[in-house]
Amino acid sequence: MTSQQKWIAFITIVRREIQRFLRIWPQTLLPPVITIVLYFVIFGTLIGSRIGEMSGLPYIQFVAPGLIMMAVITNSYSNVVSSFFGSKFQRNIEELLVSPVPSWIILSGYVVGGMSRGLGVGLIVTILSLYFADFSIHSLPVTIAIVLMTSLMFSLAGLINAVFARNFDDISIIPTFVLTPLIYLGGVFYSIDMLGDFWGGVSQINPILYMVNAFRYGIAGISDINIVWAFTMVSLFCVVLFGVALNLLDRGSRLRS
Amino acid sequence: MQPALAIEQLSKTYEGGFQALKDISLTVQPGDFFALLGPNGAGKSTTIGIICSLVLKTGGKVSIFGHDVDKDFSQAKQLVGVVPQEFNFNQFEKPLDILIHQAGYFGIPRDVAIVRAEKYLRQLGLWDKSHVPSRTLSGGMKRRLMIARALMHEPKLLVLDEPTAGVDIELRRSMWEFLREINASGTTIILTTHYLEEAESLCRNVAIIDHGKIVKNTSIRELLAQLNKELFVLDIREPLAECPEIESYPLTLVEPNTLEVEVEKSQSINHLFEVLSGQGIEVLSMRNKTNRLEELFFTMVEKNLTGESHD
Repeated sequence: MTSQQKWIAFITIVRREIQRFLRIWPQTLLPPVITIVLYFVIFGTLIGSRIGEMSGLPYIQFVAPGLIMMAVITNSYSNVVSSFFGSKFQRNIEELLVSPVPSWIILSGYVVGGMSRGLGVGLIVTILSLYFADFSIHSLPVTIAIVLMTSLMFSLAGLINAVFARNFDDISIIPTFVLTPLIYLGGVFYSIDMLGDFWGGVSQINPILYMVNAFRYGIAGISDINIVWAFTMVSLFCVVLFGVALNLLDRGSRLRS
Repeated sequence: MQPALAIEQLSKTYEGGFQALKDISLTVQPGDFFALLGPNGAGKSTTIGIICSLVLKTGGKVSIFGHDVDKDFSQAKQLVGVVPQEFNFNQFEKPLDILIHQAGYFGIPRDVAIVRAEKYLRQLGLWDKSHVPSRTLSGGMKRRLMIARALMHEPKLLVLDEPTAGVDIELRRSMWEFLREINASGTTIILTTHYLEEAESLCRNVAIIDHGKIVKNTSIRELLAQLNKELFVLDIREPLAECPEIESYPLTLVEPNTLEVEVEKSQSINHLFEVLSGQGIEVLSMRNKTNRLEELFFTMVEKNLTGESHD
């Protein structure tokens, strides 16, 4: 394939992915927005007003970056996992497998599709959050960079989950039993300074902690984690997941018999 | 000229140890209309799966117009289109979108793809369904949609895995006509089918595969020439009370007005009519009862089961 043909193939996959989640917007765009608004109302306004400050910020301002990040993470992940597994289930993934599209284009197309939904929902949630909390951007480059890397990382993770999944249970196990606990324990609702040495140390292996803190730094200028260290860790996770996902597609693992 | 398809010593052993293909070799010439026949589980779909990269081979080599499917996979895939046995498109997408997306995967610009999609949807009688969710299409329409999809990048080799399975007779005939036209325009076609009449009607050459081995690879004409005897049904004017006896022509009275007779290739049908006429039996019409190719097919598969050697 020439470079132009590869570009056409890539754009085709991305367009198809975006069409998919826009076509079923009541399933893909509406629920996360409602969920996050509920979080803002309950944790930000109702309970938050009684908590007071956290790390020197009003609680609603502390929690807002985490809630935006939560929307980006869950939507990037669930878009790719459900779309790719759906293609496996209906066997229309074969349309791509019989074509000359290289694996890295397939991977890039699905990941950019997932990022489009993750970032789209993140943007909607950010706009809505302005109704509940006043905040300005401390560092736009940090904010944009970390949100892009987070969306990339969880889109890659969603694809790996979809490749290994054999049934619909397998695509809900990881979000329910791994992703949700990591988000809740990733410093969205509290500062890890509140945890003791042991649990604070355990939290260091949670990638979401780095993302939430880097994003909070970009918006509010505060972080529990060194910002350079946070970017290093997230970059590392992205590289490893990209390598794993590409290897799985190259080998045709669970795709070709 | 490079063969459209060259398979050398191809083998496939699935996880669990099932050996689906046992070192098969096969060549299909450009422009051919080739039938790959065999009972269920013989290895037809595995062979097709390897040709179009959906199945990973264990050993051997596959080339499409001289391009190795492993070393030169991009070129090889540009040259082959596949119509699988099972429906494998997104049932929630519209037929037009399915075709445009497929063209995109082959690097065809969107404006070209839209024109081409309309052309094939019209040719296959699906244009009025181009904007409905594809899950609402009938089984025959879905099969035609898969043929249109396989043609979007205008492959030189089209592989169809039982394209007319479950399709009514009228539609099957129209699909045959379409495939003949595609073949006449220069596209090499490889077809697997359970309808042996289909292979006899459409194809020039045939390979019979059974238990992962090619048990016969020849032209349809040569294959049919191997038939030693045929069974004819005779409709007679006056009803008979009992079956007449004619030496060397085993007759069966199926109904009072219907006889069946087995005639060997070396025997004269004229002589049979003379004797019947002599006995006062007037024959109104005659037809071949068995599908000739079907008979041969069963003979060959049966021989393979009993372990006789073949070329």
